[in-house]
Amino acid sequence: MNDRLLKTLKGITNGHARASQADLLAYSYDGTPGFQAMPDAVVSPGSAEEVSEIVRFCRSEGIPIVPRGSGTNLSAGTTPTAGGVVLLFNRMNQILEIDEENLTVTVQPGVITKDLIDAVEMRGLFYPPDPSSMKISTIGGNISENSGGLRGLKYGVTKDYVLGLEAVMPDGSVIKTGGKLAKDVAGYDLTKLLTGAEGTLGVITEATLKLIPMPSSKKTMLAQFAAMDQAAEAVSAIIENRIIPATLEFMDRATIRAVEDFAKVGLPLEAEAILLIEQDGAEAAVNDEMKLMKEICEKQGAFSVELAKTAEEANNLMTARRSALSALARLKPTTILEDATVPRSKVAEMVEAITKIAAKHQVTICTFGHAGDGNLHPTCITDARNTEEMHRVEAAFEEIFKEAIRLGGTITGEHGVGEMKAPYLEWKLGASGINVMKLIKQSLDPDNIMNPNKIFGKSEKKRVVVGR
Amino acid sequence: MTVEQAFTERMDEGELMNCMRCGFCLPSCPTYIQTGGDEVHSPRGRIAMMKAVHDGLTPLTDEMTNSLDVCLGCRACEPVCPAGVQYGHLLEEARTIIQDYKKPSVKEKVVRRTVLNELFPKNEQMNRAVGLVRFYQTSGLQKGIRKIGFLKLFPESMREMEKVLPAIPKRTRTDRKRLLATGEKKATVAFFQGCLMDTMFQETNQNTIRLLRSAGCDIVIPEGQGCCGALHGHAGEKEKAIEMAKRNIEAFEGMEADYIVLNAGGCGAYLAGYDHLLSQDMEWRERAARFKAKIRDFSSILIQHGFDERIRFKKRQHRVTYQDSCHLRNGMGVHHEPRQLIQMVEGADYVEMKNADGCCGSAGVYNLVQPEMSMQILDDKMKNVKEAAPGVIVTANPGCLLQMKLGIERAGLSGQVEAVHLADYLNND
Ligand SMILES: Cc1cc2nc3c(=O)[nH]c(=O)nc-3n(C[C@H](O)[C@H](O)[C@H](O)COP(=O)(O)OP(=O)(O)OC[C@H]3O[C@@H](n4cnc5c(N)ncnc54)[C@H](O)[C@@H]3O)c2cc1C
Ligand code: SF4
Ligand code: SF4
Ligand code: SF4
Repeated sequence: MNDRLLKTLKGITNGHARASQADLLAYSYDGTPGFQAMPDAVVSPGSAEEVSEIVRFCRSEGIPIVPRGSGTNLSAGTTPTAGGVVLLFNRMNQILEIDEENLTVTVQPGVITKDLIDAVEMRGLFYPPDPSSMKISTIGGNISENSGGLRGLKYGVTKDYVLGLEAVMPDGSVIKTGGKLAKDVAGYDLTKLLTGAEGTLGVITEATLKLIPMPSSKKTMLAQFAAMDQAAEAVSAIIENRIIPATLEFMDRATIRAVEDFAKVGLPLEAEAILLIEQDGAEAAVNDEMKLMKEICEKQGAFSVELAKTAEEANNLMTARRSALSALARLKPTTILEDATVPRSKVAEMVEAITKIAAKHQVTICTFGHAGDGNLHPTCITDARNTEEMHRVEAAFEEIFKEAIRLGGTITGEHGVGEMKAPYLEWKLGASGINVMKLIKQSLDPDNIMNPNKIFGKSEKKRVVVGR
Repeated sequence: MTVEQAFTERMDEGELMNCMRCGFCLPSCPTYIQTGGDEVHSPRGRIAMMKAVHDGLTPLTDEMTNSLDVCLGCRACEPVCPAGVQYGHLLEEARTIIQDYKKPSVKEKVVRRTVLNELFPKNEQMNRAVGLVRFYQTSGLQKGIRKIGFLKLFPESMREMEKVLPAIPKRTRTDRKRLLATGEKKATVAFFQGCLMDTMFQETNQNTIRLLRSAGCDIVIPEGQGCCGALHGHAGEKEKAIEMAKRNIEAFEGMEADYIVLNAGGCGAYLAGYDHLLSQDMEWRERAARFKAKIRDFSSILIQHGFDERIRFKKRQHRVTYQDSCHLRNGMGVHHEPRQLIQMVEGADYVEMKNADGCCGSAGVYNLVQPEMSMQILDDKMKNVKEAAPGVIVTANPGCLLQMKLGIERAGLSGQVEAVHLADYLNND
């Protein structure tokens, strides 16, 4: 970046712009293996006005803008592959208001998800979306990826809680969408359009989120199975029985072992698969449903189903589950995770397909995920230095995507398209689906400065992994 | 060979690749938090920089070296990393390489020479010295250093430190090689004195020994032991650290002790890492592993032998909190035991302070070479102390102890709050 540009950015942000080699390197990656590219500058605006000025300036100079929360996304959504300015929100990280009358919270985009959850829980309120990365991820990132979490089955995902946004559009104008309203049909739903837009349509500078009352009680249970398909069948059976637990998480044997190795919470090493089940609500109903789910699991062949005895034990189990992806990284140098999602009733079929595909391509795939949502995370542990194996990994993932779509599913349930899955988007959307999205993008961002290369691939290329 | 080539050759590629960039370590990193979330000063960022230099993507720049200098080496990023990245090892190797290739600043050179080469390797030197600051006055170093304005080189914090240094007790040598357990004998432990503990904190060592004896331990104190080498290792002086490691392993090998016990978390974690330090050395590797297997903090030994069930201390009613030693917690996994011991004291009203597991900013010579960050971290820590409002802060490492004393002074709490080592705390009033 030349000095003039950096100077302008510093001018706008009162000095909060930098471009040393160390700065650029530290913002050259996110949580996605295989992607790395240097930006030209890193800027921390302090307000929507500053963001607006930066956007206007970058547009006039044709400089790409990559909004970035904590860089935990798994789809290369913040890797600056077209260079440009990485926009940080570490100076826009305040909880502005908790409105107990309207049950809303208004925040700046840089607030850490867990901090928000803790702050509202102190007032007896509940913000359900809890991605496993919640201790690190930002609300801006959650909204832009429309992140899910462990409580998604019963409570939905981030988009179900976004009531209103303030955003800086690619032309620098500041818009406000929605509001503290339970109902609002004034025109197109721009709130939903910006939610999950992965920073390609504008910059979110403020959000008003819906809160709900804290459920009065909660129970957590661990069911152990001697076979993967039994656990998968149990998931379908629970839902067939019209029970919607708050959490219904799946882990296979390899994942259990890796997680236990890290978290040491006493997970059963002898089980082939486990289900982590949580239900909340009025105590009597919770007890009844937990009992019923226990029976269902046992009927499907669970050899042990046990309730967590204390809140601490329950919390430890959930925390351990959240570490699954990173814990798998201890097994091999490279961990590549996928996010294929199928209708709930097809979970058993998908699990079986993954096992077969892994065997066919001779790759090691560990599976865990939000089974109740039909959202599985088949994770391949491999070594990026082994090019021959990497080809087989790519082939296996391609087949997994195809199978997911064949079962009526999608290529990504919650991690977003980013750059990593851009080549596969058409498989899910079809040419006309992609076309509509492109038209939206082009009309709002004709110069393509907002997070370029994301969502829309340059062409349909068949590579899951680039470089190392 | 350039420094970059050395990164390519010497950094452990498998360990670098082990980091999958999930960011789980970010909220635990004091420097990331203090910089308002700057990835440059995060574990993930530091590993990415080491890897980029290793991969030949970028030259090693001053800002990158600075980022590694600003790192406390507190290893808070390790226990929270689900992938099990051994950050401490990566950092040490990177620092060693940089040390081998870069010219340190004048200030750093002085600190290094004083602290690392003159003071710490030789217990005899330490014994003669009277306190870290007063040492330079009495030693030959003074003249040369005066010329370049030694005290000006040191941060304000160092000058403040002078106030809080304990009075150096007259040396009382325990000549006996073996001290017997009081009561039924349960184990034989070899005591690691540590160079700071053996001079500035002699009394603490004596108290530790007394506690261990009443827990049923026979004590042997091997001669020939010296500094653990942590300061050198952390500062990138690996060769020197290896030399010290060998000397200690040799000193303890002949002792038929069940455990090697000490009361300084900083030393303990480093001793427990000797096997890694010597992993390239066929001959010493095994010996280091055997040595490592015996390392325990005294608090673990006390708990293990049911000390807390048998012995009762009675103190006047007071509020007390515990500041974790990073290395004891993150390196040796000891954090319940000291808390448990404090809570057995009659009259102790234990409060856990916020962020008790966060580094206090002392971190070896860190408070000397990175005064700003160190003081920022310390002042934040003192806010948590004020909130918890204890009369006593207990620590388990000499560095932390001095830093807490300094913090009390800076926060204007002297007279109200007192910082003591766990071994000194465990007694009757
Ligand atoms: C170990 C691990 C576990 C995970 N578990 C889950 C999970 O359970 N569920 C789940 O859904 N995801 C999960 N993720 C993925 C990731 O954490 C989420 O996508 C998260 O929401 C990203 O938040 P972030 O702050 O890190 O955003 P980033 O990664 O920094 O950014 C994500 C996207 O948002 C855009 N963006 C960020 N801020 C703004 C803004 N203010 N305005 C406009 N665009 C913006 C970026 O451009 C990018 O496209 C996990 C990741 C890891 C590493
Ligand atoms: S060091 Fe561990 S916790 Fe931190 S980013 Fe790397 S893998 Fe994640
Ligand atoms: S050692 Fe401490 S300061 Fe250094 S990266 Fe790890 S947590 Fe941060
Ligand atoms: S902690 Fe410090 S004083 Fe004690 S032995 Fe280690 S380096 Fe020496």
